[in-house]
Amino acid sequence: MIIETSPGDDYLECRYSVQGRDFVEAGVVSYLIKKALKHRNISESIIRKVAVVTFEVELNIISYAYEGVIECYVMPDAIIIEAKDHGVGIEDIELAQVEGYSTADESIREMGFGAGMGLANIKKFSDVFEILSEPGKGTYVKSLIRLKDI
Amino acid sequence: MNLETIVKYLDIKCKCCWEKLEREVTGGYAGDLLSDVMGNSNSGNIWVTRQVHQNIVAVAALKEHAGIIIVHGAVPAKETIDKAEKEGIPIMVSEKPEFEVVGKIYHLMHYE
Repeated sequence: MIIETSPGDDYLECRYSVQGRDFVEAGVVSYLIKKALKHRNISESIIRKVAVVTFEVELNIISYAYEGVIECYVMPDAIIIEAKDHGVGIEDIELAQVEGYSTADESIREMGFGAGMGLANIKKFSDVFEILSEPGKGTYVKSLIRLKDI
Repeated sequence: MNLETIVKYLDIKCKCCWEKLEREVTGGYAGDLLSDVMGNSNSGNIWVTRQVHQNIVAVAALKEHAGIIIVHGAVPAKETIDKAEKEGIPIMVSEKPEFEVVGKIYHLMHYE
């Protein structure tokens, strides 16, 4: 399930698989990524940003996909988080990024998820944000968080 | 101010991690939408919510909250307590509604 490689001191690559509808495990991948970053002396403010982004992509896979993968690349100047899933995809990507818009069903909302803030949160805490989706197939989200000011 | 002061002042019950009650509280956040709490709360916050399922522990652990107060007599699920024990997140419960709990903590932090 987990592949972690770190060819150099300033490079780390982790890959985690996420099962759709597995709300019991929700947050585990985010937690593991956070732990890996703490070991590498990444600053608290960056870790907080990464934690929000990874939690939201993780929850999106659990809520809307059959399965997915979250990858985290730690480089000297930035952290990249990529999430790819096989799932329902997004019909209207522009609308899906509007805070408050959600297609979540009642069972998801009852748990306090599906408030329509996920993509907005990812965008807010990312320096670069990309999203691609094909309805009925799946979604790809990429978030880049800079470690240094440019 | 620490968690113990809040527990005493509000007369609420602590369900787990009593040994962590000396933890400092930096402020608070109230909310039942997990993405809202994820995006807007800060580390060291006391989180006041009506949610009882185990995912609240994942959020609190990721955000490094001081603890969680579950309000209005809601009963935390057994899995929630088990997970909180494991993560070291104190869970407290209050019979009072969210508005009252938040108001009291706010008063305690700013005026006492």
